[in-house]
Amino acid sequence: MTGGQRLMRVVVALILLVMIAPIVVVVVLSFSSASYLTFPPPTFGVRWYREYLGSRDWLAATALSLEVAVSVVVLSTFLGTLATLGLARLPRMARMLATGLILSPLIMPVIIVAIGVYYAFARYGLVGTPVGLVLAHTCLAVPFVVTSVGASLAGFDRRLEMAALSLGATPFGTFRQVTLPLILPGVLVGALFAFITSFDELVVALFLSGANAVTLPRRMWEDLRYALDPTIAAVSTLTIVVTVLPLLWAHWVRRRAG
Amino acid sequence: MSERRLVPLLLVAPLLVFMLVFYLLPVLAMLMRSVAEPSWTLENYQALAGDSVFRNVFWTTLRTAIAVTFGCLLFGYPVALTLVRPGRAAGVALIIVLLPFWTSILVRSYAWMVLLGRRGLLNEALLASGVIDHPLRILNTSIAVHIAMIHILLPYMILPIANALRQIDPSLGRAALGLGATPFRVFREVILPLSMPGVGAGVLLVFVLSLGFYITPALVGGPRDMTVSMLIAQQVDQLNWPYAACLSATLLAATLAIMAVFQRLFGVGSAFRLAGR
Repeated sequence: MTGGQRLMRVVVALILLVMIAPIVVVVVLSFSSASYLTFPPPTFGVRWYREYLGSRDWLAATALSLEVAVSVVVLSTFLGTLATLGLARLPRMARMLATGLILSPLIMPVIIVAIGVYYAFARYGLVGTPVGLVLAHTCLAVPFVVTSVGASLAGFDRRLEMAALSLGATPFGTFRQVTLPLILPGVLVGALFAFITSFDELVVALFLSGANAVTLPRRMWEDLRYALDPTIAAVSTLTIVVTVLPLLWAHWVRRRAG
Repeated sequence: MSERRLVPLLLVAPLLVFMLVFYLLPVLAMLMRSVAEPSWTLENYQALAGDSVFRNVFWTTLRTAIAVTFGCLLFGYPVALTLVRPGRAAGVALIIVLLPFWTSILVRSYAWMVLLGRRGLLNEALLASGVIDHPLRILNTSIAVHIAMIHILLPYMILPIANALRQIDPSLGRAALGLGATPFRVFREVILPLSMPGVGAGVLLVFVLSLGFYITPALVGGPRDMTVSMLIAQQVDQLNWPYAACLSATLLAATLAIMAVFQRLFGVGSAFRLAGR
């Protein structure tokens, strides 16, 4: 190995260290038994997890976030999967327009979506309700479902469907027994991303939560503005576990599927 | 209409209607307020051009986006090279890139607040080692914003570049080496040019996403680090809708203009595909 290559390895190792350090620090801090933020913690314990579990506020926010995220998964996976199946068969021009609209939330600055829906939903009494959050989060989550299902559909041999149809299967039977099993990994991964998109979403929630539909990120945000209470480290660690473990699983599934 | 054309339409229609009603029309209606209030007028935009608050905030946002994009490119490219090298190191590196990627922006901003604060880990470590004798002021400055945003957006640079590198035929590098090129020359004349589509996609993604940043600068930045997104939120809080709508339209136009330039330079569609995690 030349000196240049060795230097390069050290540089990359340092960059990777800085990338992972903040997450490690938060997880370690959450197990601190100190009453303030200090690193490394003098002793370890689950004091801050107990604090979280004993707080009605935090638990209510967690329950609401889960409720909203699960509704978003159902709605966005259903609408997104149907649409992806249709998109591939649309004429070119219509397909490009529809795809542009469906994927546009990926690049649209989220503050614009947030104040747009805030302005519209206020007139229908949807601000401060879980329903308002579900509707807006679904729009943000759908692009992930469509790209994920679209990717699994791209490697899909359409002749399999024709074969099933020509052997006398009904269109619905073909979908259920041929198409769906083959695109299922893409649908599941899309559903997972939809869940995380909603579960972690803050900017839209800042406007739509009101006083009565406070989600977990919204609750964390309010705390962060006043104090760096270690309870937030515990909540952060829990959200990391809720989002990262399923994703690691999905990553593994996708790699295995090639 | 024949059934062959009707079925795809029926499959796509529910989602299109849903997004029209709960996303596109609300956003368009909000944007309309920039030209429709108090009556049909372009006054709001004219006022924007002469407004020094807006000019400052706009330049801060643009400067931050440029600095963050450069930072991501500088730190991201070497990591992308590591990701495509065969062996165990690449697997470990991939997990280290993906873990922060999958962690929410709020949690990562909180982590940087803890690390960079006046009594944060960085200051404690520097004080303990005797490098400094007064804690440095990092949190609530532009430096904190840059550090946190580069950290948050790095994977958006690394993954597209790694993707492009992976598609380079390895025999090209071997051929160049066999013909007597030094490893650095192989990198400069073979690898680097062929990875440019990935670099273009990464730069576009990071730049466009950083233009819209709100949470991170609000938490780790100071009063002078206000971004366009923060100004929009503040104006809505003050019920100054026409001004907020004007700002939104300007931010959106800037985003679309940058996308259009990159589409010309680096080809179509890549950004959308890569934005999906």
